[in-house]
Amino acid sequence: MDGLFSIVPLIILAPFTGVLINVFFGRKLMPRRDSVAPGVIASSMAGFSFLIAVLMFFALLANPAGAEVPVLTWINVGDGDFTLHIPWTLKVDTLSSVMMLVVTGVGTLIHIYAIGYMHGDIDEKAASRGLEGEEALDFKRRRYARFFAFFNLFLGSMLVLVTANNYLMMFVGWELVGLCSYLLIGFWFDSPEKNEAGQIIGVLNSSAGRKAFVVNRVGDFGMLLAIMLIFWSFGTLEFDDVFARAECMIEAPQAECLTLSAAELAPQGEGEAAAEEHGEGEARALTTPIALGPFAPTLGVVVTAITLLLLLGATGKSAQIPLFVWLPDAMAGPTPVSALIHAATMVTAGIYMITRSNVLYAMAPVSGMVVAVIGGATAFVAASIAVAQFDIKRVLAYSTISQLGFMIAAVGLGGYIAGIFHLATHAFFKALLFLGSGSVIHGMEHGHHHAHGQGEHHDAPHGEDERPFDPQDMRQMGGLRKHMPVTTWVYIIGALALAGIPPLAGFWSKDEILLDASLNSTLVYILLTVAAFFTAFYMGRQVFMVFYGSERTEAARHAQESPPVMTIPLIVLAGLSVVGGLINLPVGGLHPLGRWLEESVANAHIASFNILVATISTVLALVAIGLSYLLYGRKPLEEGEADPLYSTGPVFTFLNRKWYWDELYAAIFVRPYNRLGDFLANAVDWQFWHDFVHDRIIADAFQGWAAILSRPIDLGIVDGAVNGVAQLVESTSRSLRRVQTGYVRNYALAVLMGVVAILAYLAIRFLV
Amino acid sequence: MLNETVFLVPTSYFVILSAVLFSIGVAGVLLRRNAILIFMSVELMLNAANLAFVAFARSLLDQGGQVFVFFVMTVAAAEVAIGLALIVAIFRSKRSTDIDELNSMEG
Amino acid sequence: MPGVILFAILALVAILSAIGMLTSTNAVHAALFLVINLACIAVFFLGLSAPFLAMVQVTVYAGAIMVLFLFVIMLLGAERVPLSSRLRWQAPLAIALVLALLAVTLLVAFSPQVQGNLVNPRPVPPEAQGFGSPQAVGETLFARYLLPFQMVGLLLLVAMIGVVVLTKDERKPTGHISENAQASDRAA
Repeated sequence: MDGLFSIVPLIILAPFTGVLINVFFGRKLMPRRDSVAPGVIASSMAGFSFLIAVLMFFALLANPAGAEVPVLTWINVGDGDFTLHIPWTLKVDTLSSVMMLVVTGVGTLIHIYAIGYMHGDIDEKAASRGLEGEEALDFKRRRYARFFAFFNLFLGSMLVLVTANNYLMMFVGWELVGLCSYLLIGFWFDSPEKNEAGQIIGVLNSSAGRKAFVVNRVGDFGMLLAIMLIFWSFGTLEFDDVFARAECMIEAPQAECLTLSAAELAPQGEGEAAAEEHGEGEARALTTPIALGPFAPTLGVVVTAITLLLLLGATGKSAQIPLFVWLPDAMAGPTPVSALIHAATMVTAGIYMITRSNVLYAMAPVSGMVVAVIGGATAFVAASIAVAQFDIKRVLAYSTISQLGFMIAAVGLGGYIAGIFHLATHAFFKALLFLGSGSVIHGMEHGHHHAHGQGEHHDAPHGEDERPFDPQDMRQMGGLRKHMPVTTWVYIIGALALAGIPPLAGFWSKDEILLDASLNSTLVYILLTVAAFFTAFYMGRQVFMVFYGSERTEAARHAQESPPVMTIPLIVLAGLSVVGGLINLPVGGLHPLGRWLEESVANAHIASFNILVATISTVLALVAIGLSYLLYGRKPLEEGEADPLYSTGPVFTFLNRKWYWDELYAAIFVRPYNRLGDFLANAVDWQFWHDFVHDRIIADAFQGWAAILSRPIDLGIVDGAVNGVAQLVESTSRSLRRVQTGYVRNYALAVLMGVVAILAYLAIRFLV
Repeated sequence: MLNETVFLVPTSYFVILSAVLFSIGVAGVLLRRNAILIFMSVELMLNAANLAFVAFARSLLDQGGQVFVFFVMTVAAAEVAIGLALIVAIFRSKRSTDIDELNSMEG
Repeated sequence: MPGVILFAILALVAILSAIGMLTSTNAVHAALFLVINLACIAVFFLGLSAPFLAMVQVTVYAGAIMVLFLFVIMLLGAERVPLSSRLRWQAPLAIALVLALLAVTLLVAFSPQVQGNLVNPRPVPPEAQGFGSPQAVGETLFARYLLPFQMVGLLLLVAMIGVVVLTKDERKPTGHISENAQASDRAA
């Protein structure tokens, strides 16, 4: 069975093959407007990856220890004391296997969904640009193939990340994922998101992509610093070696541990022993000095620094306070992209990374606490913001941030199993919700076109203000239950799962997080519980606003169910959302996922089910849903009616404006940065550097020097020498030409001179 | 008829006479500017040389010298014919036999 | 001794006639001076056992060549030949060089190396009877020097052709034809 591990590189190879096919042949694969070949290729590549992931799962069942499959050596420099050896080796263990299954499984379903969704989306964009006939077909060919190339690249990048066996390779995947998010969020980079009135609605897609990229760079900067610090301290970047050496350094001096590698370490028992030991040694300070240049901080300080820097990376990628601001704007991308980013690929990277580094976090309790508090705070803040949003995807975006806060809080408190568990279940229902919202948007757009296609130009005011048509605005929906039954039902399932209603998937995983929180930190527990309450409320609000009540616009009245290629993935995901909790059912000491992850997560501990915590959260969720029913369900919003939450006045505005985070960042970072950039560009670079240093000092000095060189030296000496030689030759020849008199007798005289001279010479020779 | 024995003077006398006549010929070439006179001077130089040839032929009793003189006379005849023809041609265009007029090759 | 006196007289005549030619301002006089000089040399040839050459000298030089000279002089009407006046600076230099040439020649001629090897003429021995006679010279010419003789003949032929080419009148009669043509055109 071990041999089966060796096929794991195919899991990465398949999506990248799909990328190449779609990049080079994607356009040729679309002879007609309704061709789906690029999407089918991308989906089958994703499906193939999923198949490999399943095979890996079975291989791990037989051999839970997993394997490391070397692909190639990337960096190999240095010798003796200093070596940097970075292989590209794929690590297959239970943790990465869970990630692979989630990423490829959910990813595949999203790929399939995108086959249908992107057809509609691209047609819509082509129509809005006034493209027709061959132009529209060409536009569609390019965009469709490009989309699936990016999509496969995204999937492959995430797999590079989760299969890495060292921090640097993980960083490669980390950056690739960031790049893909930039490419996909800005997929409609040339589209200003204008409505028919010519007004710009929503953010510009390219600036959203840029924002995601730049904000992620901040986190990546922390990640990179952490990686450097790890290498400096431990002399390696491979996960197992780093952890083995870190644990070794608790007891022994640094130098003794630097040659240690995980392979030499006794395999199973000692690792756990170290974990145990660490458990009781938590109070004990980690005082081993670590040589870092001129400093020698203690191991505890170093590990805390490393873990905090890693946390900075995680807050960037997993959208936590303070770096979460990019995620809501990432809604600008096509809906399948949102689903892929939120559910399967990008944002889970931070949780995975912290879980992977659990040994280090266990050694740094301060960092763990910081992580937990940040997670809890993020969960609370984002959930409260989600309550006051009107954009269907924006609500889900803040919901994602909030749920990621749950996971981060869990891993910060040492509940790695709970965190990964929630990651998996969240992937199911969040993908479901996003794809469902995509289906709603698709239906709304369809209805909009249908309504206007019949010539009933119906731009009458629909909301509290004269708002143009926006297929994502929940205030313009309502009553979609009648038009989109399948979407409605799967959406309700997803919402209930997210709200944490038993026995759906979200209940089990969220409950386990709350349990860990209740055991370790009251503050975090309270934050998370309130967040869970908000979660149930805003999901209830969303469902009631979107699917119940009466249609508030013509578009909603003409909305249409999506095609099967979109609804079937939804149904599959709905099924997973229902039964997803089974993978870690805490009944009867089962905990399958916990047992599974124990193999690879050294500090995993299985929490037992607590009926009190479960009851509190369930009751709160039900209360929140009831509240939302009171506000939105019992008396649905009518056309032009304002949201009942407006009655809370400034509180609502505060939440609607997202706690003014963007404004705060604009004031603290963006505007000073722009001003600094302006100053640097205009004052320092242009005026000082260009005008003064270059034009005045360097150019003038150069010209002065050149003037010296050109006039006195070049013209005077060099040209003088050349011209002097020429003049000498000229004057010499001018005088010599007078010899050529043209008189024959002169020549005869000259001949005679020669004759006399030669004769005299011969005579002297003869006579003397 | 001159008795050949009457003329048994030392060879060096002839050499001196030959040299003097040759030098006069040279002076004529260099000093006169009339083409005809220059040709006459050249003839004089050739005759001076012929005299030396014949004198040595007599003292060495070798007829080769006399044959050479014969050739020289022949060549001189050819030379005079060509030279005078040239003078006639030049005179036709320049209306002069003064070779100092022919300085169009001046550098 | 009478030979020496005779030689001296003849040599004097030859030199004087040469100087006369050199300084004459009349081309005809110069030609006549040269004839005197050539005649003197012919006499020398006669005394040096070269009667054939003496005859050739008189007929070819004094006869043919000098007649040709006089003919050309008369033809061109160029009797007046003033002494050199344009290249004044050349005259002293030329005289100095000529004297230097003469000095070098005489120096060599009277050097002991040459004087010691110089053979003075003696009476023709019996076995060399007929030395310089037309018959003897003819035999030598046609036996030993046949090829040079032929070459000289060729040279004379080329010279003859050259003279014909050089002296041919290059004026063409085209002008007359065109004039006639124009005249006839006018007449018509």
